This record gives sequence, C-alpha cells and structure tokens, in this order.
Amino acid sequence: MGNGPAGEAKTTYREALREALREALDADERVFLMGEDVGRYGGCFGVSLGLLEEFGPKRIRDTPLSESAFVGAGIGAAMAGLRPIVEIMTVNFSLLALDQILNNAATVLHMSGGQFPVPLVIRMTTGAGRQLAAQHSHSLEGWYAHIPGIRVLAPATIEDARHMLAPALADPDPVLIFEHGTLYSASGDLDPAAGPVDLDTASVRRPGTDISLITYGGCLPKAMAAADTLAADGISAEVVDLRTLRPLDDATITGSVARTHRAVVVDEAWRSGSLAAEVSSRITEQVFYELDAPVERVCSAEVPIPYARQLEEAALPQAVDIVKAAHRAVD
Amino acid sequence: MPSLGADMDEGVLLEWLVRPGQQVHKGDVVAVVETSKSTIEVECFDTGTVQHLLVEPGTTVPVGTPLAVIGTGPQATHPASAAPRRRRAPVPARPKTPGAVPHKAPAEARRPAPFAPDAARPPAPAPVAATGPLVRHLAHDRGIDLSAVHGTGPGGRITRTDVEHAAPAGRRIPASPLARRLAEELHVSLADVPGSGAHGVVRAADIRAAAEAAGTVTASAAAPAPVRPAPARRAADRATAMRHAIGALMARSKREIPHYYLSTTIDLAAALEWMHEHNRHSPVSERLVPAALLLKAAALAADQVPELNGFWTEDRFAPGSGVHLGVAVSLRGGGLVAPALHHADTLALPELMAALKDLVARARTGRLRGSETTDPTITVTNLGDQGVESVFGVIYPPQVALVGFGRVVERPFATGGLLGVRPVVTATLSADHRATDGAVGARYLTAVDHLLQKPEEL
Repeated sequence: MGNGPAGEAKTTYREALREALREALDADERVFLMGEDVGRYGGCFGVSLGLLEEFGPKRIRDTPLSESAFVGAGIGAAMAGLRPIVEIMTVNFSLLALDQILNNAATVLHMSGGQFPVPLVIRMTTGAGRQLAAQHSHSLEGWYAHIPGIRVLAPATIEDARHMLAPALADPDPVLIFEHGTLYSASGDLDPAAGPVDLDTASVRRPGTDISLITYGGCLPKAMAAADTLAADGISAEVVDLRTLRPLDDATITGSVARTHRAVVVDEAWRSGSLAAEVSSRITEQVFYELDAPVERVCSAEVPIPYARQLEEAALPQAVDIVKAAHRAVD
Repeated sequence: MPSLGADMDEGVLLEWLVRPGQQVHKGDVVAVVETSKSTIEVECFDTGTVQHLLVEPGTTVPVGTPLAVIGTGPQATHPASAAPRRRRAPVPARPKTPGAVPHKAPAEARRPAPFAPDAARPPAPAPVAATGPLVRHLAHDRGIDLSAVHGTGPGGRITRTDVEHAAPAGRRIPASPLARRLAEELHVSLADVPGSGAHGVVRAADIRAAAEAAGTVTASAAAPAPVRPAPARRAADRATAMRHAIGALMARSKREIPHYYLSTTIDLAAALEWMHEHNRHSPVSERLVPAALLLKAAALAADQVPELNGFWTEDRFAPGSGVHLGVAVSLRGGGLVAPALHHADTLALPELMAALKDLVARARTGRLRGSETTDPTITVTNLGDQGVESVFGVIYPPQVALVGFGRVVERPFATGGLLGVRPVVTATLSADHRATDGAVGARYLTAVDHLLQKPEEL
C-alpha cells in the first residue's frame, strides 16, 4: 500500500481520499467511518490506514461482514443526526445492501413526507483491471445512477478524490462515491489552492474540436491516452469526465457534442442498459441536429469479468478501442 | 419537373398542353407549371411521342420528378401497344428483403387485371387506388407520392417495381442530422452533394464544401421552401412565397458574392437623336424606346467583354454560350422576375423591341418559358421609368454581373469644351469580384458608352 516512488509525486489518489476523510473527521464530530476492516487493517485498499490510531475506535469502526446491517446502521445514524461515512469493500458486495440503499436511504425522505433526510455517504470500490475476477470486478455504478433520491459520484482524478467528500457530506441526501480500483495508486500533484468540487457539473479534462470522448472513473486515463493517440492522427478529441453520474450534467455533455458534433461514450460497465446508453440517449434527444455521426459506445464485453490477465484486458474498454471508435465516427 | 430557377425546388403542374400519343419536338411547350415566382411554360427537351402523362394537373411535385414519358426514336411505340408489352415487365429478380414480402409482389403483378379492357385505349394516369397494401406500404416507407408514380402493371396498376424505380426521385438521402440541418441553413440540396461518410452518408463537411463551392449548386440550391398545403395557391400566399424566394436568392447573393460597383454617366444625345429620327420614319409598331437601345448596348458590350457574360460555378468562371440578357421586370402584385432575351446581341433593334414587349407582357401575365428563366447570362435592371437616376443591383446567382440604368435626364453636360444641356443616363455595374476585377468592369461600362455614341451601328 505504498506511495509512488518517493519524491516523484506529491500525493496519490489513495492519500487524497485519506486526507479528505481526515479533514472531514476533524471538521465535524458527527462524522464517523465504518465498514469491513476500515480500522485495524486500515481498509481493504489502505484508504483509512492510520485513522483508527488518530481518531479512535468510536469514530473508525470495524463492522461485521454484513453489508445490509452496517449500511442500515448508517442510515439510522444519519436519520438520527450523525454524518456517517460507510465503506463497502466492492460494488459487488453492495448488492447485499441494495435493499437498504434503494428501499430505505433513497426513499425515506419521500416516504416520511420530507421529515427524515438521510445525510449518508457510502464509499465503495468499483471496476476491474486488477485480476480480481468476477466477484470483485464489476462496474455497477450505473445501476445506482438509475435510482432517484441519491447522488452518485465517480472521482477520477486526485483532485476529485480529495475534494468531493466535503460537499458529499454537506448534501442532505444519500451520496454514493465509487472509487475505481485501478486509480488508488495513481500519483500526481495536488493543487493546494483547489477547493470543494461542484457536484452538479461534469468536467472537460481536455478541450478538443473533432470528437467528444465522454467517460468517467477508471476509464478517464484510458480516454486521455486515446486522445493523445488521436492527436497524433490529427484528430482533436475533447475529453469529458462526467464525475457525477446522477444527476448527469446534461449541459456540459451536450455543449461538448455541440462543439465537436461526434461522441464516443466510454463506460466500463456492460453495454446493454448502461450509463453509456443513457448518455447516448440524452445526446440524441437534446442535440440530434448537431450530430455528424452516430454516437459510438465503448463498453466492457458482456461477460463476467475474467480472471486471466489477457482475457480481462480483452473484456475491458482499452485506449485502442476508444481510438478505433473515434476513427469510425470521424473518418 | 424541371428546375426553372436557382430558387425553385418544387412546382405545381397546372396544365398539360399535350395529350398521350401526340408528337412533340424539342422546344415545344408541353405544360404549364406554377412556381413560387410565376407561371412558366415548360419546353420539351426531347423529340418523340408522348406516351404517358405521369402527373395530374394541380399536383405539387419536387424538382426532378418525371412528369411524362416520351418515346423517342423509330421504335417509339404507340401507348396502346406499349401497355401489353409493359404488362410483362418482370418483378424484381432479386428482392432486397427475404421472407414473405417478395412472394407477394409476383402475385400482385399476376393478378387478373380488372381494367383489362382499358388496355386497348391510351392509358390514363393510373388511379392511385389501384395498388395493393404492399405497394402502399413500400411507398409510405420510401416517402413516395403514389399519385406521381406511373403504373406498369395490368391496367396501369402500380407495381412494386414501379415504386422501386420511383424511389430515386423521392428517396431519402442518407445524411447525418447535422448535415441535414446545415443543408437547410445553407440552402444546399442534399441530392447534389456526394457523401464522404461510410456508405455515402452526407456529412457536415460535405455540405460546407458544397456551400463554399456556391455557384455549383445553383440548379437546386433552393431556399427552404415552406410546405404549402394546396396546389391552388391564393394570391397572398403566392406573393409571400415569391417574397421568400427572392429573399433567399438575394441573401445568398449578398452572402456569397463579393460585389464591386462601378458607375458612369453616359451622354445620350446622339442615341436619342438617332432614335427619334428612326421613329419618325417607322410605323407605330416598329418604334423604339430608349430602353431598347440601352439593352442592345448592354448586350453588345457583354459580347465584347465576355468575362462578365456567364456563370460562377465550381469556383471558376464559365462563360455563357451567347449573350442571353436577363431583363428585370417588376410584377404588378409585387416582386420581380428577370427572364432572358435570348441572343440579345444579335437581334436587330426592331426585333429586340418586339421581343422585349413580348417578354414583359408574358412575364406580367405569368407565362414565361422554362429556358427564359434559367438561361440569362447577365442581367439588366432599368429603373428609369421609376424616376431614379441610378441603381446598384444585387447580382442574380450564378451570374457574375448586373447592369443598371437609371432615368434619362437632361443635365448640364460638357463635351468638347462646350457646356450644354444634354440627355444623360447613369449606367452602373455590379460585378462579382471572384470572376473579374474593376478594370474589366470599367472596360464594360466604357464599351456601353462607346456603343451608345454610334446608335446607327447598334
């Protein structure tokens, strides 16, 4: 769980998340973290390493292996006035808590006639690329983005990892944060002047004129790499990082497509019924007459994510696939 | 349906002037068509026998729709014998879609003809009702107006093959949504733009290129025509449509053509003296008006300076074959047309005068011929009778020059060191800077001046 090579980078995505947790715990005593192995072990992905020693067992709480129980406890704590941050090990296991998330967290405010907001933050790991096979590698954030009543975030950069938690905690409704497993060790500089992220806006990570690569989370680095390749081919690609999957920032998406007239939506989830489908659909609904080519999608193969490295790589969207899709749209 | 002007994309067939079985020659007037600008007589572009009239009077059809079938050459068959022969026209050999659909088509074609006795008579346009559901479905899918489709089946029935053959005229051109939108905004006809995308899909870049090549797409670069509900247009609708058409064309001219303007004052003393002398010895029917002299001079000058007589197409100048002088005629209900005086430079003045009278009369009654609306190589506008002294006109695309004459007025004018009161006219030239430079334009106006100083040679 080390940092990058010493001295080369100021921080990592993992450290940025930890720093955000530390800041939140410092700033508000109602905030506490709970989940499987978040305390003594330091988190399954090392995000909360050292926080137990710093904040004590009342605020850094290890839980039994029962997602439904500890997410339900988080919902109750939030309704009772606390500001819980619940960590679920991976999105695959979050399905055990889906009843709590959908039927309670997302619904209680409505069912109580507005009496009980649920200011809960749930963090979890998503995505593939680390040879963890089909029970640890799926990208189900699109399912959560289907649910009204919650906000769904996907920080893809160190800056977003550092600065999305505070506004998420400030949101009176449940917020789900999806951290892509391949990003934890990403290293880079963090602008000390950066402040809280506006959770209502997507971000144009790279401006371009010929095509919009619309993506989020773990696919952002792949889209950026694809944009570099495309630039060498003479195609200027704009990269849009959705970063908030619900509610989607239609204005940024359609604004980009209105400039470039072509779009490739890149989503590590399965294609059928995916978030990519939603984004593509919104583009055709809202800026159909700006389109100069059909909207392309690059998604994962519709199989359980394989364990074998070459099979896993073949199943996932890769930069080369994004480049091909962009050429199909532009050439 | 011929394109009778750069701003036309559909027309109403008002009247047939020929019947099936009638011999026609190239240039004969065969039909009357109403466009948004005027009623125009359509000339036949081929010689042969009229076999079928495909469009009923009163129908609005897009430019490019077949109006009639003309049999040419010695084998041109009489419609009575053509019908049975055509009845055996095979159904498509290789249907596009497998499954149940192809089986229906032969059945349709083989069905006993309820109108069989009619086959001996010259066939009338097939009644639309005489089709099956498959044909109607196909036509609907392809956006084809069945009333404009000629039926080759038994009794003039429209078969699946007929619909498939008709498809090109009404076929939806594959284009990206953006390209479709741009085509409308830039007044580019999708049909004329080769698509560079996969499977020939027209894309935005193709439209932009076509719009830049501007002059190229004249024949069909139509203004977005409002959908008109009924062929019988009221006068007000007509005026509105005409305003719209003029607006679109003039906007395109000003948008695409870098105009330059020149002006000169011409002494008409010699010309008018000669004209009065001529008129004194001529019967009333052969008397001239100053406009005739000005038009003749403009035409001869266009022959002398051919760089201004022609069209800007495909990013280059294409000289006109002969000088066909467009004459701007304002219409009583508002609006204007600029039909051609063909070969105006070769007409003797009395001939030109007669042709001009005829042209103006027909323009005002709305009976122009197709060639007159499409042929002008350079246009003259004469606002003299409206009392103004000069007019700087807007070029009529894809022409490259427009000549303006104002009123003939008496002014103090010095010639040969002597000041006198003489009749003068202000001649102006608006010219396309892509095709020529000011020096060429100056040569043209100087030529007009010189010609008018020797009226006996006009």
